[in-house]
Amino acid sequence: MKNVSDADSNTAGTTGLIHSIIAKAYTESPHLLHVLYTLQQQCLHISEEAVHKVAAHLDLPHSQVDSVVEFYSFFHKIPRGRYDILFSNCTSCGYMAGGVDLMAILGQRLGIVASNTRNDGLVSMGQTSCIGMCDHGAALLVNGMPIVNLDAAMIARIAALVEAEIPLEDWPSGWFQVDDNIRVSGLLLKDRLSAGTGLRAMLALGAADTLSKIIQSGLRGRGGAGFSTGMKWQFCREAQGAAHYVVCNADEGEPGTFKDRVLLHSHADSLFEGMTVCAFAVGAKQGYLYLRGEYRYLLPHLQSVLARRRKLGLLGVDILGQPGFSFDIDIVVGAGAYICGEESALIESLEGKRGIPRVRPPFPVTHGYRGQPTVVNNVETFIAAAHIVLRGSAWFRAVGTGKSAGSKILSISGDCAAPGIYEYPFGVTIRQVLHDCMAKDAQAVQVGGPSGTLIGSTEFDRRLSFDDLSTGGSLMVFSQARDLLAVIVNFAHFFAHESCGFCTPCRAGTTLLKNGLDKIAGGHGTRYDLDEMQRLATLVKCRSHCGLGQTAANPILDGLQRFPQVFGQRLVHRDFEPHFDLDAALEEARQISHRDDAAAHIE
Amino acid sequence: MSADTKQNTITIDGQEIPFLAGQTIMDAALAAGVYIPHLCHRQGLTPHGSCKLCVVDADNRSVSACTMPAVAGQRISNNTPALNEVRKTITQMLFIEGNHICPSCEKCGDCTLQAMAYHLGMLDGHFPQFFQRRKVDASHPTIMLDRDRCILCELCVRASREVDGKNVFAIAGRGINAHLIVNSASGKLVDSDLETSDMAAHICPVGAILIKEHGYEVPIGQRTFDLHQVSEIGLEKTILTKARQPDE
Repeated sequence: MKNVSDADSNTAGTTGLIHSIIAKAYTESPHLLHVLYTLQQQCLHISEEAVHKVAAHLDLPHSQVDSVVEFYSFFHKIPRGRYDILFSNCTSCGYMAGGVDLMAILGQRLGIVASNTRNDGLVSMGQTSCIGMCDHGAALLVNGMPIVNLDAAMIARIAALVEAEIPLEDWPSGWFQVDDNIRVSGLLLKDRLSAGTGLRAMLALGAADTLSKIIQSGLRGRGGAGFSTGMKWQFCREAQGAAHYVVCNADEGEPGTFKDRVLLHSHADSLFEGMTVCAFAVGAKQGYLYLRGEYRYLLPHLQSVLARRRKLGLLGVDILGQPGFSFDIDIVVGAGAYICGEESALIESLEGKRGIPRVRPPFPVTHGYRGQPTVVNNVETFIAAAHIVLRGSAWFRAVGTGKSAGSKILSISGDCAAPGIYEYPFGVTIRQVLHDCMAKDAQAVQVGGPSGTLIGSTEFDRRLSFDDLSTGGSLMVFSQARDLLAVIVNFAHFFAHESCGFCTPCRAGTTLLKNGLDKIAGGHGTRYDLDEMQRLATLVKCRSHCGLGQTAANPILDGLQRFPQVFGQRLVHRDFEPHFDLDAALEEARQISHRDDAAAHIE
Repeated sequence: MSADTKQNTITIDGQEIPFLAGQTIMDAALAAGVYIPHLCHRQGLTPHGSCKLCVVDADNRSVSACTMPAVAGQRISNNTPALNEVRKTITQMLFIEGNHICPSCEKCGDCTLQAMAYHLGMLDGHFPQFFQRRKVDASHPTIMLDRDRCILCELCVRASREVDGKNVFAIAGRGINAHLIVNSASGKLVDSDLETSDMAAHICPVGAILIKEHGYEVPIGQRTFDLHQVSEIGLEKTILTKARQPDE
């Protein structure tokens, strides 16, 4: 195929290597994201040549491969270090979580600036959106493996291990220990289903009765939107298509959420059981688990659970001896994009494209994966479904409130003594939750993550339910000592970074909001800037294409309404203050000229 | 027939408008001669819904007119001061995220973005400029790509795929880094199969894709939007015909 003789041997070697990596990865899994991940991991970047070869091997347009590489945070066109270190920048598990800037410390030790690769290619360092370790203090990913409970002393040791080029396997294993931290167990966490019991109950019921059981249970989607799970399954079942698909959304990207990580780790059997129940009810033969890239370290465990289930006849052909009932599950791993938690963006990503939310209608239940009827549900939803099939809809409805049946699993983090996983019946008050997690002097709680609702202490008697405070599971506590404006600024940076860029209000609006907040937090904002924030935030919320844009401004709007003083006290009392900071603009010149005297500044 | 028509109507700003099954709010409005501002929409191409200029309030819910199916009885607000203020802000966003050079742009007077700004009474960019660095691609012998002026409407992307039967353009990157890319191994226009006769070479509503060696053939003052309002229905054809050379 290729002419090796007239190319220089080094280039020919690289070309051959790239080709063999692609070919091998493709046989493992034909998904574009998997092939690109393998290249990124082995070559430390995805070169133009690699893009070209992937396009040829997978028979995709060059531009599609290129656009995917540029979309996902974990793919790079410029080489990363052999140790690629990514600090979470979440308010709960981020590099500032302990009050000191751990990223700056590591940068100093290693002589490296954030979002760069060191010249010797040994190490690269940067920040990434919440990695779901919020109950474990400050955390980072090194070559995809999470290290938790970071402090300055550990950072010093990490720097030394990197410099000595010690392989990750030989780093202290305790550092990689991620615990479940289940503090309160309810309906779903109390008892683990033994594999296959849900499926046997389902087969005894038959597909139609299984579906009615789910409908009667009142189960609603646990991702936050709260659509009736049974109705979703029924719409999908009724939709015409060449094939039906079941997709589990394990792209848990909302900052402060980590309950799916625990469920995937300790309740994977129930999850796959729930997906299989869904497949039976809607008539699907193929399922996908879309796992967020940050949780890739869970992949071997999940694969082994799948393999065991195949061996037990719980997946594959003629499941549990039921003729004609065949279903299997593949795992596709994301690559760092919060937007892929939006179900239609997730489907686009599954199809090997950028995660851009689709125009709806049509909805995935009729036009989903590959244009076919598709159910997309949250991890927790599938697990609840598996329990309901076994224990009945009345068992489920007995817990919770009228419109919010069952329980909700919360990820609690922030300023509390006992962060972790709490499962409550729907209807529990915030006050109760704060008491249980030992949050002593909370001034505010972010319910449902940055895209949810920020409430103050006067609202702590509000209840978690679909009619009051809805949540996908994130609950972040902020004490009186916390600078709330810094929190809101953090969230604004998060959304600007994660906006997919499809629609104008979100693409430009999230960046304008970020810049405006930075100006206020930097002590340069005026009353005018505050009014502008309000106007712009409302526009972004009302006019954006999808849930990301429609919720991105929530922390700002909630903050302006409930905590106006945190903005007000930073304002300068002038009518107008320009965005352009003359003194800051001179910084580059000062660095070049090595000057920092009074004459090199403009006040 | 008349019973059908009566049943299948929507109301835009108090005016009753008929629609056919499968039509969007935009389709129905344009067919009835009602203008809803839009930049990324072009009849005949798959509706996109990204520019959000066509936001309307349908039964008090914000929707994109170009993608939302018309439903019997829908009550829609369109030409209201509040919505036009929203549209003006969105237009300002499009101006400040790119690097627009209206007075010296070849598209001046033929540019739909510029015309939209005039239509909505936009007097300035309002927001601080993003000053993004965007690449120019002058590699093609007859077609020029200046990403500074691109508004990511994807009209060229769709025209190439759906009308020209090619796949010359795509969008890469995320968020504010989203940018137009060319589907060729080098990423350069010269290595793509784009031709001057392609619709994709002419459909750009701004000055991001320009035909080389045909600058200022129509003097300022006699250009499309010197003679027409952007709100005239069916103007797209005029613009496209005007942009194409007569011998094409």
